[in-house]
Amino acid sequence: MKANCWMGANRVEVRDVPDPKILNRRDAIVRITSTAICGSDLHLYDGYVPTMEKGDILGHEFMGEVVEVGPGAASKLSVGDRVVVPFPIACGACLACERGLYSVCENTNPNAAMAEKFFGSATAGVFGYSHLTGGYAGGQAQYARVPFADVGPLKIESDLTDDQVLFLSDILPTGYMGAEMCDIRPGDIVAVWGAGPVGQFAVVSALLLGAEKVIAIDRFPNRLEMICRNTACEVINYEECDVREALRDLTGGRGPDACIDAVGLEAHHGSGPIQAYDRVKQATQVETDRPHALRQAITSCRNGGIVSVVGVYGGMVDKFPMGSVMNRSLTIRSGQCHVHKYMRPLLEHIESGRLDPTFIITHRLDLADAASAYETFKHKEDECVKVVLNPFP
Amino acid sequence: MITVNASPEAAYTRWRDFERLPTFMYHLESVRADGDGRTHWVAKAPAGTTVEWDAEITDDVPGMLIAWRSLDGASVDNSGAVRFSPAPAGRGTEINVEIRYSPPGGAVGALVAKLFGEEPNQQISDALRRFKQLLETGEIARSDGSPLGTRTQNQVHQHDALPLDDGEAVAATPEVKP
Repeated sequence: MKANCWMGANRVEVRDVPDPKILNRRDAIVRITSTAICGSDLHLYDGYVPTMEKGDILGHEFMGEVVEVGPGAASKLSVGDRVVVPFPIACGACLACERGLYSVCENTNPNAAMAEKFFGSATAGVFGYSHLTGGYAGGQAQYARVPFADVGPLKIESDLTDDQVLFLSDILPTGYMGAEMCDIRPGDIVAVWGAGPVGQFAVVSALLLGAEKVIAIDRFPNRLEMICRNTACEVINYEECDVREALRDLTGGRGPDACIDAVGLEAHHGSGPIQAYDRVKQATQVETDRPHALRQAITSCRNGGIVSVVGVYGGMVDKFPMGSVMNRSLTIRSGQCHVHKYMRPLLEHIESGRLDPTFIITHRLDLADAASAYETFKHKEDECVKVVLNPFP
Repeated sequence: MITVNASPEAAYTRWRDFERLPTFMYHLESVRADGDGRTHWVAKAPAGTTVEWDAEITDDVPGMLIAWRSLDGASVDNSGAVRFSPAPAGRGTEINVEIRYSPPGGAVGALVAKLFGEEPNQQISDALRRFKQLLETGEIARSDGSPLGTRTQNQVHQHDALPLDDGEAVAATPEVKP
């Protein structure tokens, strides 16, 4: 089959690789009909995530048709089923899964010992996301092996299009979880750093969950225009004003009740020297992550508020404003999305028409064009926000 | 030490099934239970060789404890115990494994590592992870990078995260005897 492989920093290549096989009783093989490039794939592309091997298949946002089912998954899935596959691989049986914490499943990361060295404890396995999360082949390919297929894949039994449901695999639930972690109460104002796909879905979700006002913060006018077109939110372009002052003006002088970081480890800073400081430390591996958005989310949040982190971090951050967190009674919540928990309720929102995630798609390309798609997406050329690839054009 | 989401009885029963230990204890080639409390163990050693010994059960309390020791004539005298205790508030079972090796002189870890190709503590912690996976999910989690499942010694020599070819897939699955 054809698959998009990581070949080193800033290099991907669509290659011929063996077809996936059933290795365990609860596996299924999915013929992929749509697969997307995630902002977090860019962290791999840029070379910021350790334990990538040359040749690894990328991709963790995919859906398709079941073409083979292991005997252990046959009670839940059949050949021909149309499914969306959640990006974390979860067993459904451990204590974490029982508590709905699917992205920290205790059983699906065979490289747990490696992950413990980096994180303290291991996370779940993830498709196409380094060997630290298990070394699973990803879904930017024509086929994928899906372990624990009786637990993860969500069957789509209505006639919704791929575009409408594909993002249930990651970015829609991730944005939703970012908003849910804010414990939104009537009157709450939520600020969202980053108007990429996850940030935009966090805005949509915060409004759905009853926020009084949502403010999106970014520097790309096309992204801010896009979210304004599709929701009733306010926007701040951080290159045009002082973010904290602008936020005070929009929140009665108090700051947002909750702040969502939908940016993560490669944040850009409006101030040249501060950007350079963190960029140099990152390049010399003194710190792995550039946490500008997170720092600003913390210092902007109102006293006693919640900072919700769904932007991806890989390792260490520097100059973390812990004094602001502690002295002002802030709560930090975070996590890789527990996608399994959110897929079904969000599917219902899509079916009822309350949510339409298709607005985010700006580019449709064939899988064979993955290399140029990554470049376009990385440099935000051509106002690129979200790329969907077709493996079988 | 590991906690499994199962009752002490279930964990004990699966572990007490000695002949199926090689499913998750990868350093073992086979275990034969002779039915009189005696067992015959064959372990894998480097370069395709094996190490064999006989053992007897010294303590056996259903749902709580299994202890054993090797009999005279073992190339490495060893003894051990697995303890199963209920975790608080119904959170499953804590499993604690102790294995003692008494080689004739020399550093224990180094000798066992030479025999089995890995450190004893690492061997135990890998086996416990696989035991937990088997008990909770019925299978050992396999990825393209780690087709044999959790195995610390293989973590630095990963297969690429792309599907195995036919030969590799066959090599990766013979141990599947859930």
